[in-house]
Amino acid sequence: MPEEIDRIILRVAQVMIHELKLEDVTPETFEPDVDLVDEVGIDSMDLATVALVLQDEYGIRIDEDDYPKLTTVRFISEYIQKKMDK
Amino acid sequence: MKTVSSLLDEHWRERYQKISKLNIRSSIYDITNQCNLRCKGCFFFSSGEHKAASEEKDIKKWETFVDSEKQRGVNLAILIGGEPTLHLDRVEVFYKRLPTFCATNGLIKVPRDKFPDMMLGISLWGDEEDEKILRGKDTFSISSKNYEGDPHTYYLYTITPRQIGKTDRIIGKIQDVGLKVHMQLLSNDEGVDGFFWKPKELSKIRQEMDTMLDKYPNTVISSKYYHEIITTGMMLGWSFGWKECPSVTEPLDTRDPKPKRLIHFIRWASDLKAMHRCCTSETRDCSTCKDGAAHMSWVMVNKRAHMRSAKDLQNWIEIYEMFAKLYQFIPW
Ligand code: SF4
Ligand code: SF4
Repeated sequence: MPEEIDRIILRVAQVMIHELKLEDVTPETFEPDVDLVDEVGIDSMDLATVALVLQDEYGIRIDEDDYPKLTTVRFISEYIQKKMDK
Repeated sequence: MKTVSSLLDEHWRERYQKISKLNIRSSIYDITNQCNLRCKGCFFFSSGEHKAASEEKDIKKWETFVDSEKQRGVNLAILIGGEPTLHLDRVEVFYKRLPTFCATNGLIKVPRDKFPDMMLGISLWGDEEDEKILRGKDTFSISSKNYEGDPHTYYLYTITPRQIGKTDRIIGKIQDVGLKVHMQLLSNDEGVDGFFWKPKELSKIRQEMDTMLDKYPNTVISSKYYHEIITTGMMLGWSFGWKECPSVTEPLDTRDPKPKRLIHFIRWASDLKAMHRCCTSETRDCSTCKDGAAHMSWVMVNKRAHMRSAKDLQNWIEIYEMFAKLYQFIPW
């Protein structure tokens, strides 16, 4: 469902902004396809911080081995959606 | 939102992209409790770490252990001791499984047919005179013959206050034998007279290290930001020390609160069970610690803090590149 993924995208962006204290960006203006490593400067430790919150919230497990795939807010959101569907 | 593209031009962006996904996760392994030297100020012996555990002698156990370290996510094994080359069978267990760096005093020549591209860092504590005072012999005369022109070897030059004004000659000698050099500062764990750093000396050596980097850009593997941090203990207005240090063994980390940015670091003793507190001496005072790798890691784990300005991010890139070169994740 498209609404569902949009909701997750917004929430992932929100968690990211809050946990990583990103400035000058809102969940609405956070570009979901921007590369988190190459552009936002996020590293695996940041991702672990964000993953911890998202795991609790969505009741899923985010494997550390999957981190290299989770390069945008959209990919993270789709990953969450897939895990929730299982 | 500040992004990498908004801060960096194309040249720096390319450099950033070469390192941004490396996610280096190192741990340190004591290969042995023995050494063929006994240097004054060697933290391994001065803090009794050589007696912390008895060496595991069964090579099968080393194999199982390294496999489990790989599983734990380690992608860089840093071998220390004692002198790791006294037990090349153990070194080989790591080398066959993981990117491996071996710290050595260079007295024993590692056979390159068995270890063709293993990175070696040879310890050097100064000129002939200081080496004799601190280590009992001039190791450079032996190690430089063993490794002349080796593309996978560099000198890890521990600078003491007595080396101020003398580094040029030493780096020149290293250049002449076709090797690279990385500089760090002595922490003087055994309190040898005349080897303590005073603030004035630290600012002098910082200038001298900068000059050496400018004079020998193809020999010295370093960065001016690293010189600043190692001599001032300050990064972006924060002080280095116990509270901040990323090189603390994770299961022994008693800090409360723990720093958020840690890399699951462990320093294992040679029985493969015991652990040491951190990457260096158990008894070292963190407020005067000059450990180069711990300072580099401190910068490396704080990337986004360096996204304040283009200059800060470039400084971060230079330190990450330096580390990646020293452990062969990117070429010289
Ligand atoms: S060669 Fe290295 S391990 Fe051996 S005594 Fe000297 S500093 Fe310590
Ligand atoms: S002695 Fe140095 S490396 Fe060890 S915990 Fe203290 S600051 Fe970190």
